Amino acid sequence: MRVQLFTTCLIDAFFPETREAVLRLLRHFGVEVVIPPGQTCCGKPSDSGGYTRESRRAAVHFLSLFQGSDPILIPSGSCASMVKNHYPLLLGNDPRLREKAEVLAGRTYELSQFLVQVLRVHEAGLSWSGRITYHASCQLQRELGVREEPLLLLRSLRGAEFVPLSHMDRCCGFGGIFMAKLPELSLALAEEKAEEIISSGADTVTGCDHGCLLNIADALRRRGSKVRVKHLAAVLAEALPGKQT
Amino acid sequence: MSAKNEIPTHPIPFRALALRSLSDPELRATLSLVVETFTQKRQEALAGLPWEEWRERLSSLRLQILNDLPAFVHLFAARARAVGATVHQALDAKSACEIVTSILREREARRVVKSKSMISEEIHLNQHLREQGIEAIETDLGEYINQLAGHGPSHLIVPAIHHNRRRIGQLFAHKLNVPYTEDPVELTRIARKFLREEFLRAQAGITGANFAVAETGSLVLFTNEGNGRLVTTLPPLHLALVSIDKMIPSTGDLPLVVRLLPRSATGQILTSYLSVITGAREAAGSWGAHELHIVLVDNGRSRILASPYREMLKCIRCGACSNACPIYRLVGGHAYGSTYPGPMGAVLTALLEGMERAHPLLDGSTLCGACAEVCPAKVPLVTLLRRLREQKVEARLTPWVERAAMAGWACAVRFPLLYRLGKVAAGVVWPVAKRIGRNTVLGRMPDFAPRFFRRRIW
Repeated sequence: MRVQLFTTCLIDAFFPETREAVLRLLRHFGVEVVIPPGQTCCGKPSDSGGYTRESRRAAVHFLSLFQGSDPILIPSGSCASMVKNHYPLLLGNDPRLREKAEVLAGRTYELSQFLVQVLRVHEAGLSWSGRITYHASCQLQRELGVREEPLLLLRSLRGAEFVPLSHMDRCCGFGGIFMAKLPELSLALAEEKAEEIISSGADTVTGCDHGCLLNIADALRRRGSKVRVKHLAAVLAEALPGKQT
Repeated sequence: MSAKNEIPTHPIPFRALALRSLSDPELRATLSLVVETFTQKRQEALAGLPWEEWRERLSSLRLQILNDLPAFVHLFAARARAVGATVHQALDAKSACEIVTSILREREARRVVKSKSMISEEIHLNQHLREQGIEAIETDLGEYINQLAGHGPSHLIVPAIHHNRRRIGQLFAHKLNVPYTEDPVELTRIARKFLREEFLRAQAGITGANFAVAETGSLVLFTNEGNGRLVTTLPPLHLALVSIDKMIPSTGDLPLVVRLLPRSATGQILTSYLSVITGAREAAGSWGAHELHIVLVDNGRSRILASPYREMLKCIRCGACSNACPIYRLVGGHAYGSTYPGPMGAVLTALLEGMERAHPLLDGSTLCGACAEVCPAKVPLVTLLRRLREQKVEARLTPWVERAAMAGWACAVRFPLLYRLGKVAAGVVWPVAKRIGRNTVLGRMPDFAPRFFRRRIW
């Protein structure tokens, strides 16, 4: 099986270890990964900011890069929702582009969705030791409807203790451009999230969006917490045979 | 004309108001507690019920009404007149206030009692009445507290959510000259004693309506305190303000709204009182005020109906979106600086009061979608917020730094080489930028990946 990977701008700039983890994970399950060259950003920040013209440019560029019919994997709920749900709307004025966007949306998966639905990684008997908790990011659960997949994956880890947060599905306050525009509110929400993570007793918090995770990591750091913040792909890569740390 | 009916044009200082709330730990604790309680009760009240099916039905019912709104309004007016009500139509806040005043003046009414009505808040009726020498007393406990404190409502359903019992105790002691107590039962008893006098003295009662039944000309009121009954039956005159989007086709549609409104609002299966008022009192022995006047208020609804934002008019004012909103939970209703708070408030205020005034409210959302998820009428709040942000950008109301950054970024996303160059440049200045901007969002960002310079990413 062959897939195309969109690595996302945040992972490219700040979290190359997540990118490596995604590659290791997919290769372990026999997936050939193609990373179409020339990737930039999906356009989510401008789209939620109301900058339609700018977002269209990002969408058109994305469409030109991802040719063919292989599944497209995106290790981020908000970027995946941008491609799947927002591109067809953004490009609605141009029937040709709109159709392309719809076809593209049809073969786009958020990573955890693909891991469960296609690769059935939750049945692979991976093992990982530690107490882990999970933040359900907003676009992932509400726009893509991916609620169960990450939980299935985490609960399937042998040796891992999954501890749910009391408000797992509450926004962490990242919100893309929101974090820059109203930083105090963003931090206040992230601090509440951090508090819940700390009181859950978990040693690791995971999620499917590095936007949320960076916001949460900063709030945890400000509290002097030692809780590790890792993308779900990084946790699963650690759980591969022979990779347990 | 009253200058108070004119909407101020300076932008609502959302950020400053939000920061003020944020630094009030007592307010934050109260908000968290109340919102959490409502959220939980709502979940319990909806558990095991065909929620998705119900809200789909409510959504299509509301759309059906909107698609034919003038006809429903016309039918309602005709049927209400047929059962003895006098029906007035007001295009805007000013004319609505003037209609109310002239009715009260003709009857020399100087003291009126009110039950909770958001449309009366929207048109600033109390202020207008006061200027005309008419005293209007709010009789909903929350509104009574707000009136004593000189505050507007901070929640659609629980207007005094921002007061805890200690603050209410202090307020009562100060304003009503009673001994301080923070016992809720005792506080309610005090309010009740003062309000009874007002009910008995009032020459008119003013209410809003949760729904208006077109087929029968009836007004539907959901209340919890019994004050609504007293306001509509004790004084000789009942004046109801109804915004035109409150129409439902027939009494056959009532069960659906009865199922959804209280559950969504407070997690109640039914409010303590559900009143359906059809016409004025006919003869001795029957219920109701002797005289019933209904003022149908447009105040921007027809304009919204003709705009791409018409689905906002599906809203039934349950407040569930505020309870679900992470930002509302942090800052409370007063941060929104207008009549309607929370996610629906941000959208409706922008539509009613204009972009110039309301655009800062549009920033106050992470677009997390929790609001749209709980909305019983399926108002697409996230879509509407995003669309309004587009309009804000088009109106050039976003800061120039942001516009410039977006323009530069939009250039780079199309040209991978430029994008990489930009990233390298950003990587070089990042540590310095983080230091300089440590109190801004930059200080919260991670470091650029150390391997970033050594390794080609593609």
